[in-house]
Amino acid sequence: MTLRSIIEVALQALARNVSRSLLTMLGVIIGVSAVITTVAIGAGAQVSVQQQISNLGSNLLVVLPGAVTTSGVRSGTGAVSSLIPEDGLAIRGLDGVDAVTPIVTVRSQVVGGGNNWNTMIQGVAPTYSHIRNWDLTSGTFFSQNDLDMTTKVCILGTTVVSNLFPGGGSPIGQSVLIQNVPFTVIGVLQSRGQSGFGQDQDDVALVPFTSAMKRLTGQTYVNMLMISATDGAVLDRVQADVTALLRQRHRIIPPEPDDFSVRNLQDIANAAAATASVMQLLLIGVAAVSLVVGGIGIMNIMLVSVTERTREIGLRMSVGARSRAILEQFLVEAMVLSTGGGLIGVVAGTAITLVIAMLAHWPMIVSPAAILISVVFSALVGVFFGYYPALKASRLNPIDALRFE
Amino acid sequence: MSAVVQTENLTKIYGMGDVEVAALNGVSTNIEPGEFVAIMGPSGSGKSTFMNIIGFLDRPSGGSYFFEGQDVGSFSSDTMADMRSRKIGFVFQSYNLLPRTPALSNVELPLVYAGMPESRRQEAAVAALRTVGVEELALHLPNQLSGGQQQRIAIARALVNNPSLILADEPTGALDTKTSHDVMGLISRLNLEHGITIVVVTHERDVAAYARRILTFRDGTIESDVTNAPVPVPEATT
Repeated sequence: MTLRSIIEVALQALARNVSRSLLTMLGVIIGVSAVITTVAIGAGAQVSVQQQISNLGSNLLVVLPGAVTTSGVRSGTGAVSSLIPEDGLAIRGLDGVDAVTPIVTVRSQVVGGGNNWNTMIQGVAPTYSHIRNWDLTSGTFFSQNDLDMTTKVCILGTTVVSNLFPGGGSPIGQSVLIQNVPFTVIGVLQSRGQSGFGQDQDDVALVPFTSAMKRLTGQTYVNMLMISATDGAVLDRVQADVTALLRQRHRIIPPEPDDFSVRNLQDIANAAAATASVMQLLLIGVAAVSLVVGGIGIMNIMLVSVTERTREIGLRMSVGARSRAILEQFLVEAMVLSTGGGLIGVVAGTAITLVIAMLAHWPMIVSPAAILISVVFSALVGVFFGYYPALKASRLNPIDALRFE
Repeated sequence: MSAVVQTENLTKIYGMGDVEVAALNGVSTNIEPGEFVAIMGPSGSGKSTFMNIIGFLDRPSGGSYFFEGQDVGSFSSDTMADMRSRKIGFVFQSYNLLPRTPALSNVELPLVYAGMPESRRQEAAVAALRTVGVEELALHLPNQLSGGQQQRIAIARALVNNPSLILADEPTGALDTKTSHDVMGLISRLNLEHGITIVVVTHERDVAAYARRILTFRDGTIESDVTNAPVPVPEATT
């Protein structure tokens, strides 16, 4: 018997009970579409993390004030005012350091163009643009002179621009009020869109950090230092040097713990990527379980089908089917169910992925490897779970099978 | 030309626990090409077992069986399956058509297993349906047909592969008297006009009356083997 006629016979048999065939496929459909969607989300998350890294700028270290113990009470990261702008100046002198910027953050209402908007005000140094690899679409960045003079100038993110000046005209030269202090807009940042954590990176206004400290927050400390190293290879050494320098400047004597923490953004990104891939493995595991459950469903239905069609099997044998032909027929039926379920699952999974990608504005990559593997795997599920019922069918005695009621 | 069926001292013993039951107890007979044989006998006389053995569905426990001169004893089960697909046509009491499958596909079934290409299969199946006079039912499903029509389609399936031997097991058992005579008339014509060797197993004397030779089984042996003057075959009815 040719393969073609075996498939033809199997399809005919399945077509005799369409709704049951579809329900049997459902397990595999769900399993495969779960695999496709999961892999797509995982791949999208990884791409998004990578984008994040390149958006942040490369070779970055972040110093956060943190965790001091005062009379036995440990405070959390960022709770103390241990970092001052002079720490940044001292770090700039270290070997391997490319640029440093202090960052002072405060949330505030911004009034301008007859509108108002609550946004994140970040006080930074002119090097911020270089460190974050973030240029302006128009205007100029503030200068060292602006820092020294604590001038009232600001650079707006595109979200702030579109909320204050919805008309579309250039905001440059306009005056905006930040905590009732008038600042002149001198530049607009390039749009960066959402961060990987769903934050709008364009919802920001940059001012000189000296101006922020003196005119907006009144604080003498900074919330963060951002450091870029000259290249990735020296990052670890710079991290150690920064730690040593700050311990010395803050007069911390062993075994006292640091009152700051130095974080390597590459590490954070790697950790995020690792978390994403662990999650992905977990989800693939769940999907694999549902494929196996789908396979058991196929086996169950095939066993029912063999019993139900005992007379048909007897008849096929009496008109000349070899037992191998019967085995092949039922095996192919199981494979058509599982592979058909796999193909429908690929289509459904891709559709679900597209819908999620549209709703979540999340990059999703449907992987050809995932499609191939899940279709092959579902075919194997068919062979594995279809073999026993098929063997049972092929071993029937034609005389008994013909008499079966 | 050698006999279609030649058996010598054929025995078949079923083991039922400790008790052994001899379904066939030394059957020796010949069936020549073109013969029309009816096999009668009470239940348990061995007639069905005999039919299963000569139809390659079962193997004898002892004795020998030659089909067209070939010793069947040496056949593998695959060879037996191939013999069924090329040399034998079966007609059953309960028709055994595939449900929800058009008549044409049912008739094609033996050719599928004989490995005939699709294009020629359909042609042969239509010809077989024409021979039994139900060509117009080719696309009907079995559940749309009467018992007589279903049995005609089953007969078309039995003759589609030009078998050396058609074996009919109680072919009229599920039919009313008039339809029974129609079906037996059809089987007689296949024998008379197409020269196909036919063996019919039946309980009914008026069905057996169509045959030209009647074998009567009792207790696993042939009790009588008589020549019969067959009833006249009625004109073709469809």
